[in-house]
Amino acid sequence: MPVETWLYFTLGFMILGSIIALEIKDILSSIVAIGVVGLGVSVAFLFLQAPDLAIVQFLFEIFAMIILVRAFVKKDYHAETPARVNGFLVAISMLVIIAIFVSSISVFKLLPPFGQPLFETAQHYVDHGVRETGAVNLVTAIILDYRAYDTLGEVTVLFTAILGTITILRIRNGKNAGRKGA
Amino acid sequence: MNDPKNGMTLIVKTVTRVTVWLIVLYGIYLILHGHLTPGGGFGGGVILALAFLNIMLAYGRDATQKWLNIKFLEDIEAVSATLFLFMGILGIALGGRFLMNFLPKGTPHALFSAGTIPILNILIGIKVAMSLFLVVWVLAGLHEEEGGKK
Repeated sequence: MPVETWLYFTLGFMILGSIIALEIKDILSSIVAIGVVGLGVSVAFLFLQAPDLAIVQFLFEIFAMIILVRAFVKKDYHAETPARVNGFLVAISMLVIIAIFVSSISVFKLLPPFGQPLFETAQHYVDHGVRETGAVNLVTAIILDYRAYDTLGEVTVLFTAILGTITILRIRNGKNAGRKGA
Repeated sequence: MNDPKNGMTLIVKTVTRVTVWLIVLYGIYLILHGHLTPGGGFGGGVILALAFLNIMLAYGRDATQKWLNIKFLEDIEAVSATLFLFMGILGIALGGRFLMNFLPKGTPHALFSAGTIPILNILIGIKVAMSLFLVVWVLAGLHEEEGGKK
């Protein structure tokens, strides 16, 4: 089977998983359904021959699952009152989405076909990457040589995130129970 | 470490004691071979963070605090971020551009090749591992504190 078929299958699987995650009542089942969506993304990356992204996606999914389970399961979030659904609003939003979709069909025809990108920088990386950087893994060559500045931004984001978390929670700890945590 | 009140059952603790080192080994392998095989600093760093997290989940927060120096982990994290910036400035000094690959490239497929890429990979791996572990660590502490108040 061609790659596209498998991608459509994975995509349908993910859409199903997200609908279940939204609609199911039990919070633990909902978290598991979110994990299924992440697994679908990881498998899609594998089919697109991007093992680097698949590994990172898979690991972050595990990480997010651990955080979510730890955050929600011990507390009393299990009992969830069903939200009231306004049928009129749902109908209007469905109509608006369908209208936007129909009016943008001409844009979809302009999209390049699958596997033929318009961007031509990638060809330069494939042709000259190994000679210019010495790294056999092209993904690493791009993120740490051609686009290393981008990676510096990511490191800064992570650093700021952990700094903010520790600062906020330390203030809370100081108010509640002295300086015992963090 | 074997306080039965903290963490999970004895079975989980015993299995964790063996498998955590395999997880750490795999993370280090992914980081060091980032320029040769799929993986790299981010993936390897997350695996290292998950190994620490495994210890924390199995043995409980207090036992981990006795075993790991959390303050030191925070310091390692900040130092690795600073060293990344320092490598960039070294690139200006020795190569002419920010984050320039100024070291010799070596032969492809060799472990010591690709100039500064393996060094940056190691720094990012340490950074990601410490950041992600500390985020969960701090959040878990908040969780326990609120549970104690009730």
